[in-house]
Amino acid sequence: MAIVGKERLQIISNLTRPTDERDKMTLTLFFFYLFSIVLIAAAIMVVASRNPVHSVLFLILAFFNAAGLFLIAGAEFLAMILVIVYVGAVAVLFLFVVMMLDIDFAEMRKGILQYMPIGALIGLILFLELALLAGSWVILPEVADSSVLPIDNSISNTKALGQVLYTRYVFLFQGAGIILLIAMVGAIVLSLHHRSNVKRQDIGKQVARDPKETVKTVKVKSGKGIG
Amino acid sequence: MNDLLLDYLPIIIFLALSAIIGLALLVAPFIIAFKNPDPEKLSAYECGFEPFNDARMKFDARFYLVAILFIIFDLEVAFLFPWAVAFKDVGWFGFWSMMIFLAVLTIGFIYEWRKGALEWD
Amino acid sequence: MNSDITNFSSLAPIFPELIIIIGAIIILMAGAFLKKQASVGLAGITIALLLVVSLLIILFPTDGIILNGAFIQDSFARYMKILLLASSLFAIILSLSSAKENSLDRFEYSVLLLFATLGMMIMVSANDLMSLYIGVEMQALSLYVLAAMRRESSKASEAGLKYFVLGALSSGMLLYGASLIYGFTGQTQLDEIAKIIMLGDRSIGLIFGLVFLLAGLAFKISAVPFHMWTPDVYEGAPTPVTAFFASAPKVAAMALLIRLVMESFEPVSQDWRQIVIFLSIASMILASFAAIGQKNLKRLIAYSSIGHMGFALVGLSAGSLVGVQAVAIYMAIYVIMTLGLFAAILSLKNQNGYVENITDLRGLAQTNPFVAAIIAIIMFSLIGLPPLAGFFAKWHVFLAAIEAKLFLLSIIGVLASAVSAFYYIRIIILMYVYEPEQQFIKAQPELRFIMALSGFLILTYYFSIAAPLTNITRFVVGSLF
Repeated sequence: MAIVGKERLQIISNLTRPTDERDKMTLTLFFFYLFSIVLIAAAIMVVASRNPVHSVLFLILAFFNAAGLFLIAGAEFLAMILVIVYVGAVAVLFLFVVMMLDIDFAEMRKGILQYMPIGALIGLILFLELALLAGSWVILPEVADSSVLPIDNSISNTKALGQVLYTRYVFLFQGAGIILLIAMVGAIVLSLHHRSNVKRQDIGKQVARDPKETVKTVKVKSGKGIG
Repeated sequence: MNDLLLDYLPIIIFLALSAIIGLALLVAPFIIAFKNPDPEKLSAYECGFEPFNDARMKFDARFYLVAILFIIFDLEVAFLFPWAVAFKDVGWFGFWSMMIFLAVLTIGFIYEWRKGALEWD
Repeated sequence: MNSDITNFSSLAPIFPELIIIIGAIIILMAGAFLKKQASVGLAGITIALLLVVSLLIILFPTDGIILNGAFIQDSFARYMKILLLASSLFAIILSLSSAKENSLDRFEYSVLLLFATLGMMIMVSANDLMSLYIGVEMQALSLYVLAAMRRESSKASEAGLKYFVLGALSSGMLLYGASLIYGFTGQTQLDEIAKIIMLGDRSIGLIFGLVFLLAGLAFKISAVPFHMWTPDVYEGAPTPVTAFFASAPKVAAMALLIRLVMESFEPVSQDWRQIVIFLSIASMILASFAAIGQKNLKRLIAYSSIGHMGFALVGLSAGSLVGVQAVAIYMAIYVIMTLGLFAAILSLKNQNGYVENITDLRGLAQTNPFVAAIIAIIMFSLIGLPPLAGFFAKWHVFLAAIEAKLFLLSIIGVLASAVSAFYYIRIIILMYVYEPEQQFIKAQPELRFIMALSGFLILTYYFSIAAPLTNITRFVVGSLF
């Protein structure tokens, strides 16, 4: 378990006292660039690889690196959830879908050059928007004081979330529960169909079966059969 | 920021070590192994026949339903982690709020069961 | 950080929603344990439930902001909730006669419809960017499933898939905009955002967030250029579900849009008004021209509804109390016209099933004069001819626009209205001038009731509901300012 709170700060300050503040930054930067480069490379491979199953595997690699980036940003909980939910469940679902659809992706990708110019144009526009946004990144000075939930560094991420999610944000929490229920109903409504010609095993019925009702002794005369 | 990285130092070392060992085992045969290939050795099977079709076969759509239902409960469990960590702080209100959440999803579970979504056929 | 819910009675403003949740869960459980034939009874219970909740909202109004500012109940929210509860109610009634043909004779239909209604009620009452998103997702998820519920029809599956993909895209944009706004203001609560914006000057980041948020909502009200899904989804989904899509979600999304721009972005009204004016002009123009070439009745109604959202946005463009009041009136009249029209479409059934082509209406005036008359009244009202209800709806929004000196917008609106008259009148000509080609089966009594009600309200609007509706809307809109 991660050491949290003042204890951790103490340990770290002991550990890092001799080192320079700049060394700390370079370490963080090193990991940031490592995760980012692998993430981008993996993301490109998701789109570019010929085999759709490889695409999904690269997607998993991308998820892992995104989790690493979340860790660097200090969002431990998000990083863990990304690994549990996305890698553990969503990626598996993707694999199912990829295999279920049986699409010839090489065939599908033939038109890519045709769409390339417009795709590149949209990408360029989005990039310019982002650049514009980054250039104008001014947070109002009042924001820091007025923020709904001031960031408390003394407790862990998960705990901070737990402290507000179930009380202050109970409405959103229960709303999420209802959405999950709808998803469950929806999945069953849309994809469940029982085949009618299948004999289903009903264990309860089997156990409750009584020999008296099902077995009958019949005296059969020779040469006549059961008639 | 950095303190977090230090917390995860063992994992980073572990990842680095496994990457090194994995790469070493991948690269070593290229350097030290004997190579004397001939067409028969390189074929998929020395005896038997070539595969008839792609190994990536179509899956039944029912796998998909199972996977979706799994994801939903996976997400439900994800909500339990912060609750467990902050259990002492959230009080009775937090406790009952989680109980209601679980009750709603239990309703979904009962529905699933009654509809036979957990049966294969 | 504690919740402000200390006892049961402090939940009073959210009681209607709680009743819907509990009702939906009970129906879900009953459906799972009872036989398949019970679904008709459960639909009846759903109707009763919606009626009870509407009465609760009307008779025992409890206003307030609860759940730490996430949920607001005020007279505006109550008005919009009544509208959308009525839409849901009539959508279920409309589905009764054709449930079997449309595979809607399952109890899940009622449950999902209730959950969609719940999501829309949360949208209308959202006072926080996060509860807004929860509401939007809740209704959207239910609607995707409803669209694709008729599994054996490939068109319905296509409709569901298209709706899902584009809806997910719009949710993503909504979420992106919301996160930008949170990033630049540090607040998620709508009224707090306004306070922060008022303090400083507008930053580009905030405007970006606003644009994304409005784009996401424009998807939900199917305003041009975010309308692409509408015709396909309307055509593919089962007709009673289409009736629901065309009425309730539009009301909810419009109410959400109004609350968002009036409450949070009042200080930057110049910026959002530009966007709303653009959406409005584009919707009116595109809808009136694109509808001309349509052959399918439901596609035609889809374009017609896009156009009407454009007209409603004319009122919002004014950004004034009168403008918002005009939108509130417009939505009420729009719902009345839409439900009546769908009741008429659902009563067009011959031996082979339901007809959906415009040419099938030939000679309807001779074979089925009542339905033809209702369709004609609604068509004239959709054009906006006096003294029908549709005229007054348009009159209010254009009056508000002219008061706000939006002359160009008003002129374009009137011209678009004139162009749209072309395809509405074509239907009337088909019904009254041509000779009949086929016989229709007599409509079910509940459909005839809805048609009669809708036709009556449209015809006698000025004498029957005009005065109370104007007074009520003036009062409810006051709670926003």
